[in-house]
Amino acid sequence: MRSLIDIQELAPGEIDALIASAEDIIADPAKYSQRCRGKRLATLFYEPSTRTRLSFEAAMLDLGGSVIGFSEAASSSASKGESVADTARTVGCLADIIAMRHPKEGAPLVAAMNAGVPVINAGDGGHNHPTQTLADLLTIKREKGRLSGLTVGCCGDLKFGRTVHSLLAAMSRYEDVRFVLISPEELRIPESVRSMLDARNASYRETDSLEEAMPGLDVLYMTRVQRERFISDADYARLKDTYILTPEKLESAKKDLAVLHPLPRVNEISPAVDADPRACYFKQVRNGKFVRMALILKLLEA
Amino acid sequence: MRIGTIIDGVVIDHIPAGRGMELYGYLGLDALTCEVALIKNAPSKKLGRKDIIKVNGAIELNYDILGYIDPRITVDIISSGACVRKLHPTLPETITGVIRCRNPRCITSTEPGLPQAFRLADREKGVYRCIYCDTKAK
Repeated sequence: MRSLIDIQELAPGEIDALIASAEDIIADPAKYSQRCRGKRLATLFYEPSTRTRLSFEAAMLDLGGSVIGFSEAASSSASKGESVADTARTVGCLADIIAMRHPKEGAPLVAAMNAGVPVINAGDGGHNHPTQTLADLLTIKREKGRLSGLTVGCCGDLKFGRTVHSLLAAMSRYEDVRFVLISPEELRIPESVRSMLDARNASYRETDSLEEAMPGLDVLYMTRVQRERFISDADYARLKDTYILTPEKLESAKKDLAVLHPLPRVNEISPAVDADPRACYFKQVRNGKFVRMALILKLLEA
Repeated sequence: MRIGTIIDGVVIDHIPAGRGMELYGYLGLDALTCEVALIKNAPSKKLGRKDIIKVNGAIELNYDILGYIDPRITVDIISSGACVRKLHPTLPETITGVIRCRNPRCITSTEPGLPQAFRLADREKGVYRCIYCDTKAK
């Protein structure tokens, strides 16, 4: 029995295999429509989510399985003070696989240690979000044809942005990948991520200018400055509009740039960018479902 | 300064100066009923200054804690007044129930029943990280 808590638990070969599996599902979804018949996914979401929860549920339904779960802590026994470990033990008796989102870092690991069934981390606070990374990697692979030899810009909240941390961890294992980390001083990558990049001799530079970085990028990964990660409302208000992507800013970008965003966006990407063929963020949502299908199949060995 | 000879017990030597009391607490030596001596700031050829703990009685030591405090610590096992073994603790791969995670966003901050566990992330620098949230141990 295996879980997925951190993208780094997957060897590059396993990630490549998941991407290949997802691409096969995209090519022939009917072949997979009954592969999880009789299997049940529990989605335990202690934090609001639209995309990730619905993506997991759609993934399981498209595999012929069924879904149970809750979408906020208030409607679970957590509101009565039940521990994550006890909830996981309970749900492990009722479902074949669990997808968990929790505001506290490490909660899905606690669930995995206790559930007795595979647990997928669907986001734990500002820490990890491995299936978003799989969706990002599948999108980059489909748009650029490769995961190596790319210059990847990450822009916005790099301190609390878990999707960026997981993406950096995954892509730093591919050859000849260069990162440009674009953020205000206050929202730069945390020490743990910096240590990981340094330990791998990853190529990265930091800048506070999106305009300066733009022409050299193959991939631009935009992120939202998240209100829920700030203790002070004043800090949030000061930093939330630091980087806004507009058609004018994209004029200096490569013609085959891929613009990604884990969504939801607030105002960091102008809706006017949506019509640009380089905007890939809604493709990411679609890809996310397919790569979650591939992951569920792998963990259930279905 | 002289402390009486140990007959049967242990001498924990080469503790970095100033950390003897911390180690005393981690090892729970306050609960012992036998003679225990903590010597602070003793001269040392290797360290300049060091702390020493002598325990005149049978004790089960947690070597993971000793290795975590400093892998230069040595332990002499004393039997019938003579040193019968000299042990060198190493940095443990994991350390549980000794240090606490200070990250307020870590699951251990709201579920105090969870074991506080850290894994060795960088042997060269002796860096430990929380197994739940990856925060560096201070």
